[in-house]
Amino acid sequence: MPFALIVALRYLREGKGQTWLILVGVGVGVGVIIFLSALISGLQESLIDRTLGSQAHVIVRPREELPRVLPTSDRAVGVVTVERPAQRVRSIVQWQQARAEITRIPGVIATSPTISGAALAVRGDGANAVLVRGIEPNSYRGIVDLDKFLMRGTLDLEGFGAVIGVGLASDLGLSVGDRFRLRAGGGSEGDAGGVQTVTGIFDIGNKDLNARWVLVSLRSAQSLFGLEGGVSTIEVKGAEIYGAETIAVEIAGRTGLVADSWMKSNEQLLIGLRSQSSSSLMIQVFVVLAVALGIASVLAVSVVQKSREIGILRATGTTRRQVQQIFLIQGSIVGLLGSVVGIALGIGLGYLFSTLARGPDGTPTFPLTLETALYARTAAIAVGVGTLSALMPARRAARMDPAEVIRSG
Amino acid sequence: MTHSERVLLDADPASTPNGGADALLRLEGVTKNYGTDVVTHVLHGIDLVVRPGEFLALTGPSGSGKSTLLNIVGLLDRPTSGRLAFQGWDVAAMNDTELTALRGRGIGFVFQLHHLLPAFTAQENVFLPLLADRGRRDDEMMERASALLAEVGLSGRAGYTTNSLSGGERQRVALARALVMRPPLVLADEPTGNLDSESGAQVFQLLRTFNQRFGTAFVIVTHDDRLAAQCDRVVHLLDGRIESDTSAG
Repeated sequence: MPFALIVALRYLREGKGQTWLILVGVGVGVGVIIFLSALISGLQESLIDRTLGSQAHVIVRPREELPRVLPTSDRAVGVVTVERPAQRVRSIVQWQQARAEITRIPGVIATSPTISGAALAVRGDGANAVLVRGIEPNSYRGIVDLDKFLMRGTLDLEGFGAVIGVGLASDLGLSVGDRFRLRAGGGSEGDAGGVQTVTGIFDIGNKDLNARWVLVSLRSAQSLFGLEGGVSTIEVKGAEIYGAETIAVEIAGRTGLVADSWMKSNEQLLIGLRSQSSSSLMIQVFVVLAVALGIASVLAVSVVQKSREIGILRATGTTRRQVQQIFLIQGSIVGLLGSVVGIALGIGLGYLFSTLARGPDGTPTFPLTLETALYARTAAIAVGVGTLSALMPARRAARMDPAEVIRSG
Repeated sequence: MTHSERVLLDADPASTPNGGADALLRLEGVTKNYGTDVVTHVLHGIDLVVRPGEFLALTGPSGSGKSTLLNIVGLLDRPTSGRLAFQGWDVAAMNDTELTALRGRGIGFVFQLHHLLPAFTAQENVFLPLLADRGRRDDEMMERASALLAEVGLSGRAGYTTNSLSGGERQRVALARALVMRPPLVLADEPTGNLDSESGAQVFQLLRTFNQRFGTAFVIVTHDDRLAAQCDRVVHLLDGRIESDTSAG
């Protein structure tokens, strides 16, 4: 064991009271950081999951139809009123090539061709405005995990099968096996007169989507909206949730299509999440500062207390560098052991919170995200802060004049 | 090899003030002042040569400059002017790291208060200078520390913390520590000043024994005329000047 480490360990063991005090201080700081990080990331993951659990990270669609203003003669002066045409469900030109191009973009992990269009769901005298979503179940599972939302029936969209939300099922009195009719804009009903059979009922956890979404096969939707062989949107999922905007920009650049990321569509949510992260970061910075000041002040006191011993060590051949190392190592050890105490405290606090904050059904209000990476990161910060905090006391110790401190220490 | 080791091994003895031949320590016109606005002159032109194996007492009243001279001789402080050579090396040209290496290997210290480290056992206190020098603990340094503790009559106390030792025992541990690097010179500042007469006599006898057996030179600061009288040479300081320098016999 190196000289500086031996002396540092002895000094920490010798000043038991101080060492425990500083360890508890660092431990509380680390515990607060771990608990707070887990709380905030748990909260954010829960929010993101609820928001993005039922939508793609990026939705790619064709450019909007815009009227063209015909050129007039150079000398003519006139007033032109441009009327925006009503948008209709249109296919992406050469969507297969576009999808293949999107798949090649780094960070894209899944793509699925879809058709989205407004329609009316009719059963008997009842009618509801709905959003028909034509999907390929297999590829769409890569975008949204539909199976976990399914309450009854199966995700069987073969033929004229349809999966609807609990809200719509309730509004139209539909159960699995019942039939209803879909009518698109302009009265189009597609094949089989628009009659669909309910094969499954889902609960996405969003009242509006539960009342509006009707999932049908891509082929049914193509027939309903008159898009033979076409798709109106390509839905994309990225490896990183916060990389969605980068992917969207890349898609737009490569394909010339319109690509909307969830970050753009949910700007307010994103601002909220970022504000949360900033607040959490600020709290953590102040905790780290408090911990750093704690370590620095305890070690500074230790340097004063041990000044005569430092003088003796210097007189008997210990170099300034070794003296500095003794205190830097103490700071690192305090950071390391303090982080162990802190991790235990953070886990304990997390467990307590999960036990106390429970919903009416007994499940935690939202899960805390306690991960090994968080422990490792926090421990690394604690060791770094411990070492840096020890820098000033260590330099002071190394600069001591041995003759002076032996005489007066 | 570190820079300081190179300095110790590679420097040319011919370039040093006395050629490094007969003098272990040579001071020429050494002065020491403290303060800038109000200057206190503590040492005035000290010329002194200490030879290998000498057993020298440094005496003088309080304030005569004994401790200041001891700090300069021990390479803990630098003179304001004059030249100081240790084992032939001009220490004025050395940086702090080189001085530390020269001091660690060449000079042992015994203080009036033992100044042992309470966090360590007697044996650990003894081998700490070796540990600092070598960087890592090894069996040889522990054996050497044990042997020295046996020499000072403390073989049974090796594992004791210093707080559980008597004043005389602590001073003997401090003496073993001073000798663990096998230095050619040991500086002892009132080594018996804090001990009862019996313990003091034991410690002084040990100094003498090590001087005679190993040829280690000792410079002993003392107020005790009876101890000074037992030394081979007595240098008396008064007001920062050497008033007398007498050798026995």
